[in-house]
Amino acid sequence: MSDFFTFSDPNVRMVTLGTVLLGVSAAIVGTFTFLRKRALVGDAIAHAILPGVCLAFIVTGDKHPLYLLVGAVATGWLSLLSMDYLSSRTKLSTDTAIGAVLSVFFGAGILLLTTIQHSGSANQAGLDKFLFGKAASMGRQDILVFGIVAVLLLILVLSFFRAFKVVSFDPAYARSIGLPVRQLEFLLSTITVLAVATGIQAVGVVLMAALLITPAAAARFWTDRIQVMLLLAAAFGLLSGLFGSWISYSAPAMPTGPWIVVLLSLIAIVSVVMAPKRGIWARIRLQKSNARKMLLENILKTFYSLGESRQQFDMEVNVTELVTKRPFDSKSLRRGLHQLQRKGCLIKKSGNTYQLTTAGIAESRRVVRLHRLWELYLTERMNYAADHVHNTAEAIEHVITPELEAALLRELGHPILDPHDSVIPYQATQNKKS
Amino acid sequence: MNAFWIILTGALVATSCGLLGVFLVLRKMAMIGDAISHAVLPGIVIAYLLAESRAVLPMLIGAAGIGVLTTFIIEFLYQKARLQVDASIGITFTWLFAIGIILISVFAGQVDLDQDCVLYGEIAYVPLDLWITEEGQIMGPRPVWVLSGVLLLVLLLVTVGYRGLKITTFNPEYAAAIGVSTVFWHYLLMSAVSITTVVSFESVGAILVVAFLIVPPATAYLLTERLNVMLALTVVLGILTSVGGYFLAVWLDGSVAGAMAVISGCLLFLAVLFSPTAGVLTRRWREQALDLPVQGYNDR
Repeated sequence: MSDFFTFSDPNVRMVTLGTVLLGVSAAIVGTFTFLRKRALVGDAIAHAILPGVCLAFIVTGDKHPLYLLVGAVATGWLSLLSMDYLSSRTKLSTDTAIGAVLSVFFGAGILLLTTIQHSGSANQAGLDKFLFGKAASMGRQDILVFGIVAVLLLILVLSFFRAFKVVSFDPAYARSIGLPVRQLEFLLSTITVLAVATGIQAVGVVLMAALLITPAAAARFWTDRIQVMLLLAAAFGLLSGLFGSWISYSAPAMPTGPWIVVLLSLIAIVSVVMAPKRGIWARIRLQKSNARKMLLENILKTFYSLGESRQQFDMEVNVTELVTKRPFDSKSLRRGLHQLQRKGCLIKKSGNTYQLTTAGIAESRRVVRLHRLWELYLTERMNYAADHVHNTAEAIEHVITPELEAALLRELGHPILDPHDSVIPYQATQNKKS
Repeated sequence: MNAFWIILTGALVATSCGLLGVFLVLRKMAMIGDAISHAVLPGIVIAYLLAESRAVLPMLIGAAGIGVLTTFIIEFLYQKARLQVDASIGITFTWLFAIGIILISVFAGQVDLDQDCVLYGEIAYVPLDLWITEEGQIMGPRPVWVLSGVLLLVLLLVTVGYRGLKITTFNPEYAAAIGVSTVFWHYLLMSAVSITTVVSFESVGAILVVAFLIVPPATAYLLTERLNVMLALTVVLGILTSVGGYFLAVWLDGSVAGAMAVISGCLLFLAVLFSPTAGVLTRRWREQALDLPVQGYNDR
């Protein structure tokens, strides 16, 4: 491991520099591809580059990366035009157009490639690196071309950043503020083709789509800001390029490209699961905590209504009484009662009976107050019938914030009775908020 | 004789893939077919490793499983992780394909598979892979028999399941209302696609599977509006593609799979221009003859 990270071996330096350059530039360009929802178009472009590479070789008889790049960009562009034409001018849907163009262009590429191979040209060896990518065999010439392309892509993205952002998010708005949308989309497509045409040499045709989209998709889970997203995507591209080359350096039988993709996918999986707010785990936790809050508030409400019917709130209540008043699931009721005890809202008396504490009474009054205020608001201000307001109030009482409560109180003028003529409970005077 | 076996293999793959592809294209799920055809790779490698003899049945069950798994991961990312659908497809199949390639590299000595074969197969070797019975009787190429079996399965699915597939494709809400399970037909179709993909894989490779799944059905879709006509046309187009592709490959001395994909593309191009109902040029000629602006067509 230490051998690799000192970068003393010039070959290691080359390969790592190459994969990192490709990873970072593809990730940055791919962020826009992702935002424009054209991830699979990137995949099709990657496949369509092969015939261009082969044609360039047939015409020039040379494998200079620059010639091959020109051929690649040409057929990459042709495939984009064909896809746009098929999906806009015929009745074929977008995904059919993408799939058809992808397979036909790639088939043409395979046909040309095998024809070249069978022709016995001595110079042709190595063309198939466009198929599977051979990061480990990148030479000085390749790195030079990649470096120039990467810098070019970066300069373009930085200088057109604001325009690209608007076009990616909202083309209609971009048009309305007078941006040249068609030219900008042309430019964006061109840099995508360029990034794909270079990146393909590291990971190959099939996996190129991953180099474009996966970093952006992973980054999307961590942020809503496009600047942060670009930086994160670039960082993911860099990390996977670095460690992908390290793995294939440590175990020479291991192919670099697929490992880069597997590492990127691992980053994406971690992001999908762990990212704060948008990640699955965070969302499940939020759902659970909402569900628990609703359960606790519903239990307190039931205590309140039992107390209300007996004109005494600090009496002992049996669990069976609670269940007859409101059908709780017995397991979640037990859990809820336990949590309320820990919060200091309830005291457990003998066996199956509980008693509200002062804090518990105040909290139960708050929930019932919100419920009844909302019911009153619906009948007074929205002209709902009094017998139609209970269910919405059941849902909304858990999400009304103190600010909203204050606004409701102002709007309704501190009412005394709800639409069903029950008393709206206010905070007892001694713990009234100032 | 070799030419006959190669063309027959192509035609068998074209028919199986085309019949299923019609439904993929109509359901706007063409790229899911593409994803499955790539994602089955790790499954194939594992099947090769576990069952050293190329036992057909475990392979088919494994294939159907992987196909359903792929669809499931895509739907999980789309619905549970709320990732946009194109990215969900792209991430899923590249990830599985990368794992497949790594597995091939790890078990290079034990698996009779290489990367080239995965992508474009070697249909030219089909006539050499003979099925010889224990009595020593030569029954013809083994892939032809396996592919014929799969074609029978696909035909069975399309004829017996015609109504279910049709109704869940064109009117899923109505299907749900009369108690036809869209989920069942969805996963059944996906299993059939993966089985066909896996069986076709070693003879024609991933790319021709995708081409046959999408291009002939797309061409047929431009020529007709009726489902049964579209199915029949797809089969005819697939067979034409197979014959034409073989001779193109012989002429250019190149990959048969690649040449068949090119021919299917040429047929699609012709249909785009000259389809009697939807062709770009035929529509223009008709407009000129009528000297009227035809509205509505342009919206599509």
